[in-house]
Amino acid sequence: MKSNNAAPGYSLFHPRWYRPRVSTYWWLHQWSYLKFVLRELSSIFVALFVVITLLQLRALSHGPQAYADFQKWMKSPAVIALNAVSFVFVLFHVVTWFHLAPRAMAVRFAGKRVPELLIVGANYAAWVAISVVVAWFLRGG
Amino acid sequence: MAGKESQVRIEPFLWTLFSAGGVVAAFLVPVHLFLWGLAFPLGWIQPPAYERIVALVAHPAARVYLFVLCSLPLFHWAHRFRYTLYDGLQIKHLNEVINFCCYGGALLGTALAGYLLWNLP
Repeated sequence: MKSNNAAPGYSLFHPRWYRPRVSTYWWLHQWSYLKFVLRELSSIFVALFVVITLLQLRALSHGPQAYADFQKWMKSPAVIALNAVSFVFVLFHVVTWFHLAPRAMAVRFAGKRVPELLIVGANYAAWVAISVVVAWFLRGG
Repeated sequence: MAGKESQVRIEPFLWTLFSAGGVVAAFLVPVHLFLWGLAFPLGWIQPPAYERIVALVAHPAARVYLFVLCSLPLFHWAHRFRYTLYDGLQIKHLNEVINFCCYGGALLGTALAGYLLWNLP
């Protein structure tokens, strides 16, 4: 008869892991962490924009009356407030994305690395140009 | 193990979709969001009339454009939201559920966009 206390079974050496517990709210402790999480969360508002665009396309396919109802819904204060918040987050995505671009992809020209500022500036210039073209297509009347 | 290997193979593809979606979200979404979400409903700018929009989206190029505008940003969202849930809330063990919801949502949105655009008058 073997008792567990008298003869402990052989066990492999197993060091205790050092794993400090990270708080669930780790991203609130430092501004740079919070900025990172806000940047990632901006994607929710990007998805929200797509959902509203899909609703718009559905209203378009249902005829002028459905589209007028959709426009009325877009004018309700809650939707406008939501879109305003979305717009701020999307702009945050634009800024962080453009400043990330030269780091994610190092562009070289004539053996030298193109300065970051030049790439970021080109991004903004293209952004303005594209926005103007889209706005021209969607002009009123 | 097989599951893990297939995941490794699909990851670069998903990352490409994320990246392309990020570009679309940065270059195209702000102007659309500003016009449709703020400037038109608040009366800052005169919105295009129903007939004009229908005429615009009648063009196949406009439909392809709208399909890209809807689909790619959803994959951008799926990737970012997935990792925010992983790291932000430390729920990596729910990996399969999260993946299913995020990429499932993106696929569903893409299918809806395709369906709606295909059936537009």
